[in-house]
Amino acid sequence: MTALPEKTGRKLGLAIDLDTCVGCHACVISCKGWNTENYGAPLSDQDPYGDASGTFLNRIHSYEVQPDFGSAQVVHFPKSCLHCEDAPCVTVCPTGASYKRIEDGIVLVNESDCIGCGLCAWACPYGARELDLAEGVMKKCTLCVDRIYNENLPEGDRVPACVRTCPAGARHFGDFADPESEVSKLSAERGGFDLMPEQGTKPVNKYLPPRQKDLLDEIDAIDVLAPLLEIKKSRNSGFIKWLDRALGKF
Amino acid sequence: MKPSQPQIDTSPPVSDEVRKTTCYMCACRCGINVHLKDGRVAYIEGNRDHPVNKGVLCAKGSAGIMQHNAPSRLRAPLRRVGPRGSGKFEEIGWDEALDIAVNWLEPIRRSDPSKLAFFTGRDQSQSFTSFWAQNFGTPNYAAHGGFCSVNMAAAGIYTMGGAFWEFGQPDWDRTRLLMIFGVAEDHDSNPIKIGLGRIKQRGGRVIGVNPVRSGYNAVADEWVGITPGTDGLFVLAIVHELMRSGKIDLEYLSRYTNAPVLVNQDRNSAQYGLFLRDDQNKPLVIDRKTGRLAPFDRSGIVPDLSAVHGKNGIDHVPVMHLMARRYLKPEYSPEQVAKRCGIKADKIRAIACELARTAFDEEIVLEREWTDFRGETHKVFKGRPVSFHAMRGISAHSNGFQTCRALHMLQILLGSVEVPGGFRFKPPYPKPVDIHPTPHCKASPGKPLDGPHLGFARGPQDLALKDDGSPARIDKAFTWENPMSAHGMMHMVISNAHAGDPYKIDTLFMYMANMSWNSSMNTRGVMNMLTDKGDDGEYVIPRIIYSDSYSSEMVAYADLVLPDTTYLERHDCISLLDRPICEADAAADAIRWPVVEPDRDVRGFQTVLVQLANKMKLPGFVEVDGSPKYRDYADYIVNHERKPGIGPLAGWRKGPDGLSYGRGQPNPEQLEKYISNGGFFASHIPEDCAYMKPWNMGYQAWAVEMGFYDTPQPYLFELYVEAMRHFQLAAEGHGERQPPDHLRKRIVKTLDPLPIWYPTFEKDLAAEREYPLHALTQRPMAMYHSWGTQNAWLRQIHGWNPMYLPTKVWEQNGFAQGDWARVSSVHGSITVPVAHMAALNENTIWTWNAIGKRKGAWALAESAPESTKGFLLNHLIHELLPSKGDGLRWSNSDPVTGQAAWFDLRVKIEKTDAPEESLPSFASLNSPVGKGPDMLAWKVGK
Repeated sequence: MTALPEKTGRKLGLAIDLDTCVGCHACVISCKGWNTENYGAPLSDQDPYGDASGTFLNRIHSYEVQPDFGSAQVVHFPKSCLHCEDAPCVTVCPTGASYKRIEDGIVLVNESDCIGCGLCAWACPYGARELDLAEGVMKKCTLCVDRIYNENLPEGDRVPACVRTCPAGARHFGDFADPESEVSKLSAERGGFDLMPEQGTKPVNKYLPPRQKDLLDEIDAIDVLAPLLEIKKSRNSGFIKWLDRALGKF
Repeated sequence: MKPSQPQIDTSPPVSDEVRKTTCYMCACRCGINVHLKDGRVAYIEGNRDHPVNKGVLCAKGSAGIMQHNAPSRLRAPLRRVGPRGSGKFEEIGWDEALDIAVNWLEPIRRSDPSKLAFFTGRDQSQSFTSFWAQNFGTPNYAAHGGFCSVNMAAAGIYTMGGAFWEFGQPDWDRTRLLMIFGVAEDHDSNPIKIGLGRIKQRGGRVIGVNPVRSGYNAVADEWVGITPGTDGLFVLAIVHELMRSGKIDLEYLSRYTNAPVLVNQDRNSAQYGLFLRDDQNKPLVIDRKTGRLAPFDRSGIVPDLSAVHGKNGIDHVPVMHLMARRYLKPEYSPEQVAKRCGIKADKIRAIACELARTAFDEEIVLEREWTDFRGETHKVFKGRPVSFHAMRGISAHSNGFQTCRALHMLQILLGSVEVPGGFRFKPPYPKPVDIHPTPHCKASPGKPLDGPHLGFARGPQDLALKDDGSPARIDKAFTWENPMSAHGMMHMVISNAHAGDPYKIDTLFMYMANMSWNSSMNTRGVMNMLTDKGDDGEYVIPRIIYSDSYSSEMVAYADLVLPDTTYLERHDCISLLDRPICEADAAADAIRWPVVEPDRDVRGFQTVLVQLANKMKLPGFVEVDGSPKYRDYADYIVNHERKPGIGPLAGWRKGPDGLSYGRGQPNPEQLEKYISNGGFFASHIPEDCAYMKPWNMGYQAWAVEMGFYDTPQPYLFELYVEAMRHFQLAAEGHGERQPPDHLRKRIVKTLDPLPIWYPTFEKDLAAEREYPLHALTQRPMAMYHSWGTQNAWLRQIHGWNPMYLPTKVWEQNGFAQGDWARVSSVHGSITVPVAHMAALNENTIWTWNAIGKRKGAWALAESAPESTKGFLLNHLIHELLPSKGDGLRWSNSDPVTGQAAWFDLRVKIEKTDAPEESLPSFASLNSPVGKGPDMLAWKVGK
């Protein structure tokens, strides 16, 4: 079994805004593209032009929520490795292939040591790891460790591929160990929460909850409209008279 | 085991080279950085400098590498060797392919050019393809707008000189309330997502009006799950509330719209309903300062919205009076429309209130001085931070044109068009309808057409009719059936050609339009029409030429296939003459260029058109001595001039003293300049010209300088569209060109010059009791029509499509997970998998568009879920309305523009045993490209 570092220097991770995510899958494919070409083995696809099934490090699930009153709502939920502080996928690894980096807390798989036993995927309560069937090794989000420090990329591009591509700006990357970082502040402001905290994994990634919706369904329209009711007459002649008066004002 | 950390390289080389071009994975046209390793495409990301996407990129764009390398790519020109529809071909060389095409085309050009029907689908080179068709001489040209969103585009142009998406955008940086109508998840793809994110970041609000709460509507703060086809009624109820409560922008209406223009009210006059005009034909208003008549644009006047004019005992009243007469009627009150729209009256009022409150109580003031077209200088731009966007959801109905007009009227009443925080045009828009071309249709043997095919009809004189009154165009665009069909009616071409109505054609030539599958209504019927033979044993549609990059379903129905390149291997221009990529603050255009060379015997379709034109020596393509003007499409892009100084690309032209922009001579180094600038050109609008563009003389001067038009073109927004009244007058018996009697009533009803609402036609015919449900499709964000299907990554997101059912329907029919249902319309039935969705209008069912695929197409395996579980809704929709017993073929289209009324569909549903696969199923096509590999582990770098 593999030990976790007692403490990591930084806690790099993502703040994912569920209020803004439109469920477009841009992050899913950008991730697939970068990580197929870069870190480790390519993310393979089996029967890609038939009943296809491939390896993805990031997937979006959509859920419907039916409140007690009012319309049902749809929440798009992107899911990838949460780079937990108490990552059970690391401690369960029999070869030391899974590890959490001391300097930034990123959870990685050293593919040359991975035997593809799948224990880590079983241990992860989030289903965030996928065994690549072509390579026989475990694949997972690397937080684009080969982008975020990459001196061959312009500085602004040194963020995970999913963050760089997200059209709605729903994904934010940063250091949660630094209370002054953008992600820490955003999470504090918006009530960022841990996914399944009862699992005790202490995920680094935070989700920002959807804002309250359908407020107009609750509103007492009469009160709201009151300031609008400057003229009571809905008849045409009344309108024209009002028009004339109103025009006289400018 | 102690933590041990391997050394990893966190700075690996990313690529050998980045080449910047324009995406073509959908119609959005984002800038992309294509990373190459060893000359091969390794990774695609968004271009941060690009005006459209500013660095971000959607799923489709990022999956371009799988599209570029798709096994479905055609490999060489194909000649049909089996029966049509079998997919049996032999590969031939280009010389032979071009000779075949010329041997078919040249004789018809010499004898009767209208025997060619040339229609392009998701063509991004329409200014070029139309130029080719015009010089060939056929009247039968259009792109796919007629079956897409022409109602939206045409209503916008006629009403306010521009529409949504390519014509304009919300003022993303300042708007505080965005209301979206019928926007699925596509046009405008990335800019809308970027904009939604920005609005939310600022704490602004979004109201989504859509029967389906997915995508953008899922993140909207308020969801209005409207009943399909009733958006216009809902909008008019908001208008009713705003007018009733005086929450309209009177100053804006008076100054910038035709609300004060005087309309003839003499029912017995041939001028009834037309504008009072002066002897220079300028519409007249009453000047509030003097109480006298004045042309609308006279300096110093204050147009009166209230006063009437009596002339020869006949009253002329301002348009505003007619609006009050109509929209204050109780029939437009929230209570009266609530049931029909499926929206509570209180909610309609609350929305009206929020619009009014945001527009008027949160007024924005930008201190920038500008001068209007009446010569008055203003110190500020006054803003109404309410904006709107709408797309196919409201336009693909038989009441779509009027609904789109109603929405624009709402925007204008709020004073929220071209103001800070409102809706803003993108150059070269705004552009008054008056300076758009009118339709042209006069074909002569061996000669070019007498003008551009498509345009904006101003009255009966502009209809595309022959001297005997019969339709001049095969699609019957610009006829009394749909007089203002500004984009043509591609969905009627095959049906009409097969029926020989209005006449027979010889060659059907199509590009990028999957007409034997997802791009047609009545898909099975279309397949039959394409393969039907006459008594002589010959195909009823004698010849079909098709160009596509991929082995689509339509390929199987062609006699000759001209294989196109992928978007990474070609030249293209995203031109200001066409459908540009501008932003509200900048004019912009862009190119594609071969960032990699094709590895097979394919050619860019536009280059093939140049080569065909050169072989036929088409006017416009050859010099006086018959030698070719253009070598290929790239040569055309650089050297073609539409008029002196104006070419396809505005950037880096040659001026008297070096480089020039907008206007200028062709520059042989133009493409290199574009390439070194990241594939695009942008010219920013000066700050004091950025708003109020239709009336802002600073902007008008800038537009003239850029070459959008030759003199300033200020104009009034047309709440009342006089052109429509001209058609009504004809239907009432005035004028020489008269409609057939059976259309008179419909023209009077539907071509109302002020926005109206009427129930969709399908509702008239398919008894509500028998077909109680509405059925719709939406395009998924991660997939765009059939283009995404062969994409190994994207098809894992949407590999099949269930029919989503609302809770009421789900429970009433006792459906359970994994069930199947038979869904029937007046036209046909399909048997498909179903799924429950609660966030859905209770009388609406829906599915994803164009996921279903025919077996054998797209190099997919027979087991592909697209063919076994996926399906098309198209089988339930007919291009004609059910017979009325009058012997006439009534198209299932909007009566104004001819837009295909996809979303009028009404259906019934019943639970059924699961069949082996979704029905109807079709025989497998022979694949001209074989099948894809069993496994992919894509890595280009070593």
